[in-house]
Amino acid sequence: MPEPLEVNYQELRHLVSERALKGETVLLNMGPQHPSTHGVLRLLLELDGEVIINCIPDIGFLHTGIEKNMESKRWEMAEVMTDRTDYLNNTGNNLAYCLAIERLAELDVPLRAQAVRVILVELERISNHLVWLGTHALDLAAMSLFLYCFREREAILDIKEMCSGQRMMTTYFRPGGLWRDIPADFEIAVRRFVRMFPGRIKQYDALLAKNPIWMDRTRNIGKISAKEAINLSLTGPVLRGSGVAYDVRKAQPYSGYEQYDFMIPTGTHGDVYDRYLVRMEEMRQSLRIIQQALDKLPYGPFRSNNRKYVPPPRAELGTSMEAVIHHFKLWTEGFTLPKGAVYQPVESPKGELGYYLESNGGNQPHRVHMRTPSFLHLQALPILCKGHLVADLVGIIGSIDIVLGDCDR
Amino acid sequence: MSEEHLKLTLKAIKERFGLKDSGLMKYPPTLLVDPGKIVQICQVLRDEFGFDFLCELTAVDYWPEEEPRFNVIYGFYSHAENVRMALRVPLNGDHPTLPTVEGVYRGANWPERELWDMFGINIDGHSDLRRILMPHDWEGHPLRKDYPLGYEEPQFTFNYDEIDKRKHHARYEEA
Amino acid sequence: MGIEQKAGNMGIVTVGLEQAVNWARTNAMWPMLFGLACCAIEMMSAQASHNDMSRFGMELMRASPRQSDLMIVAGRVSRKMAPVLRRLYDQLPDPKWVISMGDCASCSGVFNNYALVQGVDEVVPVDVYVAGCPPRPEALIHGVLTLYDKVRHEKLTTWA
Repeated sequence: MPEPLEVNYQELRHLVSERALKGETVLLNMGPQHPSTHGVLRLLLELDGEVIINCIPDIGFLHTGIEKNMESKRWEMAEVMTDRTDYLNNTGNNLAYCLAIERLAELDVPLRAQAVRVILVELERISNHLVWLGTHALDLAAMSLFLYCFREREAILDIKEMCSGQRMMTTYFRPGGLWRDIPADFEIAVRRFVRMFPGRIKQYDALLAKNPIWMDRTRNIGKISAKEAINLSLTGPVLRGSGVAYDVRKAQPYSGYEQYDFMIPTGTHGDVYDRYLVRMEEMRQSLRIIQQALDKLPYGPFRSNNRKYVPPPRAELGTSMEAVIHHFKLWTEGFTLPKGAVYQPVESPKGELGYYLESNGGNQPHRVHMRTPSFLHLQALPILCKGHLVADLVGIIGSIDIVLGDCDR
Repeated sequence: MSEEHLKLTLKAIKERFGLKDSGLMKYPPTLLVDPGKIVQICQVLRDEFGFDFLCELTAVDYWPEEEPRFNVIYGFYSHAENVRMALRVPLNGDHPTLPTVEGVYRGANWPERELWDMFGINIDGHSDLRRILMPHDWEGHPLRKDYPLGYEEPQFTFNYDEIDKRKHHARYEEA
Repeated sequence: MGIEQKAGNMGIVTVGLEQAVNWARTNAMWPMLFGLACCAIEMMSAQASHNDMSRFGMELMRASPRQSDLMIVAGRVSRKMAPVLRRLYDQLPDPKWVISMGDCASCSGVFNNYALVQGVDEVVPVDVYVAGCPPRPEALIHGVLTLYDKVRHEKLTTWA
C-alpha cells in the first residue's frame, strides 16, 4: 500500500521567503483534491493573513506518460491517445496530430474533409468555452450557469455522437481526411444549433457581463502586460486579453481557415474580466465560422486517395488486387512516414497547441512532443496572483483555463 | 515580406556564428547550434531580429547512438514579422548539460525542468531545478529510450492465477 | 395476528432493521468530488440537468471526505496521486463505498505504462466498476443503481 510521502522541507527552502521560515507567514497547502482547482493541481500558498505572497504550483498528479506510450504504438494507433491529453478539446488534438502527419507525409486532404474538420473544431471550441464558463462561474458562486452551460453542451455532444459514435473521445479525424462521411442529419443538427445558440449567449451575458458582483470579483485581478505575457510564452485568450491579436488561425492558416471571415477579439487591461469578454466574443465568432463553412460545404470524397496511407473502401477489395495488398499492409504493419521532423501549431481553445513529430522512417513515432498551452500558462500563475487574496486566486485559475490532462500529459 | 525577414535572419545568424542547416526538420527552418553558444544566439534573436516568443523547448533521444545522444529543439516565433524558426542543439550521452535561457525567455522555466525530469539533461544556472512531472523521489528519467515502458502483462484466463498472485490488491488486505 | 393489525389507527409501520437501514443509506448517498480526468467531465454531465443524478439521491457533491459516503474515482490515477487517494479513502467515515468509473480507473485503460496505477483496486477496495472511455452518463447512473442494489442486499452481520 503506498504510504504518503513526506517532503523534506530543506528541498523547498529556496522557494519560500524568509518570513515563512520564521513563522510570520502561513504556508497553506491547497491540495490535489479541491473543488476549484479544476483537476488535480496542488498549490503551496504562502499567505500573510489572506494576501498571497507566493504561490508554488506542484503538478504531475495526472502524468500519464502519453509521449512515451505513443512511441511504442503505430502512427494510427497512437492517435487514440491524443484525444485524452486535453480532454475538453478532443477534435482539436486529433486535428493537430493529423495535420502534422500530413505535413510530414505530404498527404493531400480533400476540401470536404477540411470543411467538416473546421466545423467540428469550432463546435469543440464552443463546447470548451461552455465548460470553462460553467466551472468559472461555479467557482465564483454564480451556480446556475453551470447547469445552463452543460445543457448547451449536450447538443454539441449529440452532434459528435452522430458523426462518430462517441460523445467525447471521437478520433474522427484520420490522416488524409475523416474516418467516414458525415451522416445526412449532420447539417440539420448543426443549423439548429447555430440558430439556437446566439440567444443563449445573450442570456449568459445578461447574467454576468454587467453584474456588479461579477465585475467586482474579476476587474483588476490577475493583470499581466502584453510584453510580459509574450516573454512568458502565453498564448490564446490569456494573451489576447492583454491586447496582442495573435491567433494561429489567422497567422498561419491551416485546413482552409483563410477562406472564412472572422474577427479576433482582444482586451485592453489584461485582467480576468477582459479574458471573460474575449472568450464570450470568441464563441460568437466561432458561430460565424461554422455558418460560413456549412454554407460553402463542398461535395466530394471525404478522405485522401493515397493508398499508402489510407485504406481502400471495402467494396474495392472484391475487384482489385492492389487494394487487397494495400489493405493487408496497412492493417498488419501500418504506414511508415519518411524520415524527418515537423512542428505543427494549431489554435486550441486554450492557446497555441503544437505537435512536434519526429520519424526515423519506421511505422512507430520516434518522438512525439505536445507543446500544450496549459503547461506554459500555469508557470505564470505565481506572477499573476502575487498580492491578491485567496478568493481572487480561484478566479485567476479559472480565467487561465487550465486542464490538467493538457498540462501533465 | 516576412519570408524575406526570415531569410535575412537565417543568413545573418549563420554568418555571424558559423552555423549549418539541419536537414532533418521539414518545418520550420532549423539551424544546428553548439551548446555553449545557445544563450548568446537566443539573446541576439530576441533583441536584434524580433523573435520574442519561445514556443517550443523539447528534446529527442537517439539511444543507442552515443554521439550525439540528445537533440534539444528550441522553437521561436516573431510576432512582428509572423515567421517561425527553430534551433537544434546536439548533446552527448554522458552528463549532458545546457546553459539556461531563462534569463532571455522567462517562459523557459518549466520546459527546462521537464528536460531535467524526463531526460536527465542538466541545466546550468536554473533557478529551481526539481522534478516536475514525476514524484520528487523517482529514480530514472522516463523519456530516455533505455528506460522501460513499464508494460504490465494482460491477465487472460490461462495466466489468471499467476498474475493474481503477483498483483497487489487492496481488497484482500482489507479482508 | 401481526402487530400492525393490533395497532389499528395509531399509524405504526413495521419493517425489518436491515431493510430500513439499507433504504436510508441508498436514498441519500452523497459522493465526494474526486474527478481526476476526462471521466470527471462525464460525471459533471451526469450531475447536470440533462441526466440528473439528484433523482437518485445524489443531490450534491461534497468536497470534504468527512461529509460524504461514496467515492467515485473518475479518471486515471497516477503513481504520484495514489497515496493521496488512499489518504482520502481513509478519511471517509464508515459506511463507505467506492465506484471505479471508467477504463483508466478499473484497469488503466489505454495506458499500460510506468506512470499509472494499473487499476485503482491496487489502492482502494472497489465495489462497482463502470466500463467505458468515458462511460456515458447513463452508464454511470446504471453503475450507481447497481451499487444501490448491492447495498440493499447487505446483511445485518456485515455492518453490525
